[in-house]
Amino acid sequence: MIRLEKRAAPSRIWAYLTPVVAVLATMVAGGALFALLGTDPWQAIRTIFWDPIFGEFAFYYRGQLLVKAGPLILIAVGLALGFKAGIWNIGAEGQYIIGAICGAAVGLAFYPMEARWLIFPLMVIAGAIGGFLWAMIPGILRTRFNTNEILVSLLLVYVAEQILAWMALGPLRNPEGAGFPGSRNLRNYESAANTELFAGTGMHWGVVAALIAVIFAYILLSRHLTGFHIRLTGESPRAARFAGVNPTRLVLFCLGVSGALAGLAGLFEVAGPSGQISIDFNVGYGFTAIIVAFLGRLHPVGILLAGLLMALTYIGGEAAQATLGLPAAAIQAFQGMLLFFLLGFDVLTNFRVRFGARAAA
Amino acid sequence: MDFGSINPVLLIASLMVASTPILLAAIGELVVERSGVLNLGVEGMMIVGAVTGFIVTVETQSPALGFIAGALGATLLSLVFGVLTQVFLSNQVATGLGLTLFGLGISALMGQEYAQLRTPTSPRWEFFGLDELPVIGPIAFNQHPLVYLSLILVIFVWWFLKTTRSGMILRAVGENHDAAHALGYSVIGTRFAAIAFGGACAGLGGAFLSLVIVPQWTDGMTAGRGWIALAIVVFASWKAGRVLLGAYLFGGISVLQLNLQAAGIAIPVELLSMSPYLITILVLVIISSGRASASGQAPASLGRAFHASG
Repeated sequence: MIRLEKRAAPSRIWAYLTPVVAVLATMVAGGALFALLGTDPWQAIRTIFWDPIFGEFAFYYRGQLLVKAGPLILIAVGLALGFKAGIWNIGAEGQYIIGAICGAAVGLAFYPMEARWLIFPLMVIAGAIGGFLWAMIPGILRTRFNTNEILVSLLLVYVAEQILAWMALGPLRNPEGAGFPGSRNLRNYESAANTELFAGTGMHWGVVAALIAVIFAYILLSRHLTGFHIRLTGESPRAARFAGVNPTRLVLFCLGVSGALAGLAGLFEVAGPSGQISIDFNVGYGFTAIIVAFLGRLHPVGILLAGLLMALTYIGGEAAQATLGLPAAAIQAFQGMLLFFLLGFDVLTNFRVRFGARAAA
Repeated sequence: MDFGSINPVLLIASLMVASTPILLAAIGELVVERSGVLNLGVEGMMIVGAVTGFIVTVETQSPALGFIAGALGATLLSLVFGVLTQVFLSNQVATGLGLTLFGLGISALMGQEYAQLRTPTSPRWEFFGLDELPVIGPIAFNQHPLVYLSLILVIFVWWFLKTTRSGMILRAVGENHDAAHALGYSVIGTRFAAIAFGGACAGLGGAFLSLVIVPQWTDGMTAGRGWIALAIVVFASWKAGRVLLGAYLFGGISVLQLNLQAAGIAIPVELLSMSPYLITILVLVIISSGRASASGQAPASLGRAFHASG
C-alpha cells in the first residue's frame, strides 16, 4: 500500500528537482504523443530541444530564443507575484493586447515626426499604463464588490480581442494600406521601432525590461516588506491579517504590477518582432506565461530559466513543423502536458511517499 | 436597420439552442463545486468534447455515437484533473488552468484533419404534429433531443442534491470534508464521481456546439463558453434552478446580439460581439457586491485539498 505522509516543511531538494523531473517526464510523454502522430520521437525531441541551440541552423534560432523568452518572462514575473499571494490574474493576454494597442496608438499619433528620445519612451509608458488600467478592472471589482478576479480577468481577454479587431480594422488601420486590416508597421518608423540592440542576438528593449523585472521582483520578494506580505498572505491569509497586511492594497498592487508588465510585453512585441497591430497579433504569450510562472516555481530566477526553456519549445516547435511536419498544435499540447507533470510531481515537495501498511498510531 | 426581421418566437427557440452548451457545462460544474472541488478546466473539457464528438460523428456517421464520445472524451480529461488534484493534491486553480491550456492544444491537434468536413445533422423531435402549433410549437415541441436532456438534467441535479441521501453526502463533503471523512464517507470517491459527472456534462455541451449549433470543427470554437459557465455557477449561488435562469439569460444575449448584427443596427459589430462577456462581468459584480466575502455562499470546502492524516 502506497500512502502519502505530510512533510513538516516542504522539501528543498524536491522543490528544485520537480521542474527537472517534470520536463523529463514531458519529454517521454511528448515522445509517445509524437510517435502516435507518426513522427520519430527521438528526432522530434532532438529537433525541439537540441537543434535550435547546437544544431546546424542555431545561429538563426539562438536570436529567436530571447525574442520569445522576453515577453514570457516579463509577464510571468508579474503573474508570479499575485500567484504567490493567492491572487489569480489569468487575463494577462488581455492586458498584453491593451498595452500593445495603447503603446502603438501613441506611436502612430506622432507619425511621421522623428524624435526617438520622446516618442519611444512615451510609447513604453502608454503600454504599461494600458496594461495597468486593464488589470485594474478586475482589481477594483474584486476589492470594491468582491467579484471573483479569476473570471473577470479571463472574460476581459475576449473583450480585449474584440477591441483589437476593432482597432485593426478601424481607428488604427494603415491609411496607406490599400484597405488591408492592420496598422502601419512600426518597425519601419524609426522613432517608434523596438530595434534589436545587438545584431543577431535577438536582444531588444523588451528583453532588457524582462531582466530588470526579474531583478526587481527578486529584491521585492526577498528584501522588501511588500514582498514579505505577499509571501505571508499566500502561506497563511489569517496570519497576514493579524500582521496588519492590507488585503485591498495587496490585491491592487499584485494585479497592477502584473498588468503593467503584461502591457509592457505587448508594447515591446508590437513595436518590435510583430511590428503592427493586426487582428491576430497576439499569440497566447499571456497564457503560456502562466505555465512559465509555475515551471519557475513562482521564483524570479526560476522564471528566467523557465521562460528560456518555454521559448525553446516554441522555436523547436516551429523547427519541427518545418522539418518534420509536426502540427503547430502539438507544441501547445506539449506545453499543457508540462504543466500537468509539474503540478503532479509537486506532491513530492510537500509529501513523503511511504510504502507498506499504515503504522499503528 | 430592420427590427421587423427579428421574430420573437424564433428568437426564444434559438435562445434555447444557443444556451444548451453553457447550461450543460454549468450544471455539471455546479455538482463539482458542491462537492468542494473547483475545476477551472471547463473550457478545456468542452473543447475536447467538441472535437471528439465531431471526429466520431464524421467517422461513424452517427450523431448519437458522437455525443457519447464527446461526453467520454471530456470525462477522460476530467479524470486527469481528478488524479492530479485528489491523489497528488495539486493546486486546483493551477490544475484547472492547465486542463484548459492542454485541452485547447490537444483538441487543435486532434481536429486539424477534420476542419473542412461536415457531419450528418441529427433531427429535431417533432412530437406528433404538436410542433405545428403557433408560438408554443417551435419553442416547446420542436427542439433537439439534447435541449430536453439538458432541462431534465437540471431537474435531476436539483432533485438529487435536495432530496437524495447521496446528494446529501456530496453536499457534506463539499461543506466540511473533515467531518464527512470522520463520519465514514469517502471524500475522494465522492469528489471523483462529481468530477467525472462535470466532465461528461461539459463534453456533451461541447459536442452539442460542434454537432448542432455551428456544426463544424474550428480551433478554439468554444470561445469562452466554459468560462461563462463557471461565471453562471457563481451567478446562480450554487443553486440548480438559477443555473437555468443564468444560462438562458446569457444565451438570450448572445442570440439577440447576433440578430442585431444581422439586422444591421448602428452599433459596431465588435461592441455587440463583446456584449455577452461584458454583461457576464456586470452580472457577476451585481451578484457578488452584496456579499461579505469573495467566496459568498460557496461551499465551505471549495478549492481546498483533502488529505486524510493520521
